Amino acid sequence: MPLLELRDVRRAFRAPDGDDQLIVDVPSFDVDAGEQVAIAGTSGSGKTTFLNIIAGLLAPTSGEVVWDGEVVSGLGEAKRDAWRARELGYVFQTFNLLGGYTALENVTLGMMFGPGPDREFASSLLERLGLSDRMGHRPAQLSIGQQQRVALARALANRPRLVLADEPTGNLDPRYALEALGLLRDLCREQGAALICVSHDPRVLDDFGDALDFATLNRAMAQEPQGS
Amino acid sequence: MRSLLFIVARSLRQHLLSTVITVVSAGLASGLVMSVFTVSEQSRTAFTGGDIGYDAVLGAKGSQLQLVLNTVFHLETSPGNIPWSLYQEVKGRGDVRYAIPYALGDNLYGYRIVGTTREIFEVFEFQNGQKFRFQGDGQPFDEGYQEAVLGSVVAEKLGLKRGDTFRPYHGLQYMPGSAPHQELYRITGVLEPTNTANDGVIWIPIEGIFRMDGHKLAGGTEEVERGAAIPDEWKEVSAVMLKYSSPIRGKFMQDEIRRGDSATLAWPIASVLGTFFLKIGWITKVLLYVAYLVVVVAGFGLLASIYNTMNERRREFAILRALGARKGTVFSAIVLEASSIALLGSLVGYLVYGGILFGSAMIIREQTGVVLDVTSVHPSLLWTPLGMVAVGALAGVIPAIKAYSTDVARTLA
Repeated sequence: MPLLELRDVRRAFRAPDGDDQLIVDVPSFDVDAGEQVAIAGTSGSGKTTFLNIIAGLLAPTSGEVVWDGEVVSGLGEAKRDAWRARELGYVFQTFNLLGGYTALENVTLGMMFGPGPDREFASSLLERLGLSDRMGHRPAQLSIGQQQRVALARALANRPRLVLADEPTGNLDPRYALEALGLLRDLCREQGAALICVSHDPRVLDDFGDALDFATLNRAMAQEPQGS
Repeated sequence: MRSLLFIVARSLRQHLLSTVITVVSAGLASGLVMSVFTVSEQSRTAFTGGDIGYDAVLGAKGSQLQLVLNTVFHLETSPGNIPWSLYQEVKGRGDVRYAIPYALGDNLYGYRIVGTTREIFEVFEFQNGQKFRFQGDGQPFDEGYQEAVLGSVVAEKLGLKRGDTFRPYHGLQYMPGSAPHQELYRITGVLEPTNTANDGVIWIPIEGIFRMDGHKLAGGTEEVERGAAIPDEWKEVSAVMLKYSSPIRGKFMQDEIRRGDSATLAWPIASVLGTFFLKIGWITKVLLYVAYLVVVVAGFGLLASIYNTMNERRREFAILRALGARKGTVFSAIVLEASSIALLGSLVGYLVYGGILFGSAMIIREQTGVVLDVTSVHPSLLWTPLGMVAVGALAGVIPAIKAYSTDVARTLA
């Protein structure tokens, strides 16, 4: 049984002219436990919407998201929040670290709503990512590369079974992009977490070797150009 | 709960300046409310329930309140004088335990000089069961000499002690540059503090008032010659402090006095003051309305301070939601943050309250000699902070609704 399964998932948005615009139309997609999947997609292709549906941040207009045999897309919002806090990690393109929190607090926040705070584990993650001397620093006091590593640590802080990475290297200097990707993939392997990484960066896609093409996955893209 | 406190604590730290400003404004508001309640309550108690040791004040025809303020609190001017014969008449009544004369006319740097008899130190009770006591080896004045006894505040403020001398100034108000009377008074003692208006008074023999140079007595065309006896019909007193064998006797005397037209009997004293406080109750109400208004303004300030940060924090809430925070958690975090600011404000409010109460007590003591009980606990000390927290929580609801309805996917896009 796959860890994650999408069945005929569609998501439409109401356009200003009142018509519904279909952004995501994925008939089938699944990920096994511990599997690492790369999805190639251009900007505006709806891949962030796709990830948000998987994460439960957006409800599909129709279809089902099945997690470990259970339909999670039909859960109420509070239950989806709890599921996300427990099972998922999310790496954003812009990192989305909280400016008022230190690096350690940002990572602790990643486990706050799930398993509960574990400063020791949060510290060990930051040490693993080479930030042992930056734990008390706030994001503004860190380099872009360091911020990215804090974001990686936060995504893995709740020991998730699936990590979603949305253009994880998009904001990084080319020198650090592959290094950050390597760290993310290594950490997922170490923790046994599956990884879905969407990107349009050829280096990232090359690293995975057999990236899926989002245009093939998403039937909505075949109908008309969309914005995500 | 732990995650809530974590988020709130970080948010308060992140917006430290606006937090501090809002806390201070909430503190001023709650401190003001508590102060108005406590000071007005304490003043009322101190002035009306102060257990005054005598029953009535007899004085010239006029206002009972003026008589009481003049004699009990040594404020205001005397409404006039009554003849010595009236004083002697009431003193001789069987239902009067003591009658002590009170004569005015002079001051020492603004502190009132009162002419009276030695009975003020021997039988007079300024509060029930409380007689004047002397500091150290102080003694009452000798009625045949130019001697004086000082209240504790007078001695403290003017730096005078037993054995020192002074010359009185004419009138109840000290006029800088005016020449003092010729008479030189020697201080025979300083009284222990009584925490009443009596601490601001200088007591001298009543003959001293009659014989002070420049004083002209009723019926006398000139000042009294030194050493000459003063005819009783020339003598007058401003008031007489009366203690009855039974307090209800005041009712009978009041009826008698009312039938005449030369005097007024202020009885019972607490009732006269109670009526006065009823009349000026609107001042307290106005102050309270102002204080409530300040609380409302502080509430709006709190709302504005949180609401103004909502746009920058919308992304923060979306990130929290993406990390698994429930909508209710975000909503509660905002309300808890607003409540926490109000709670911190209330704690600051206790400092503000302490400052205002202490300052008010000092001023009231300076002006009237009456000491407020700063240790008493008014119920407002409990419900004002609770009310402030409720106002804070209410002020947090609007921004919380805004945070609650944040579209996570759109905000993070």
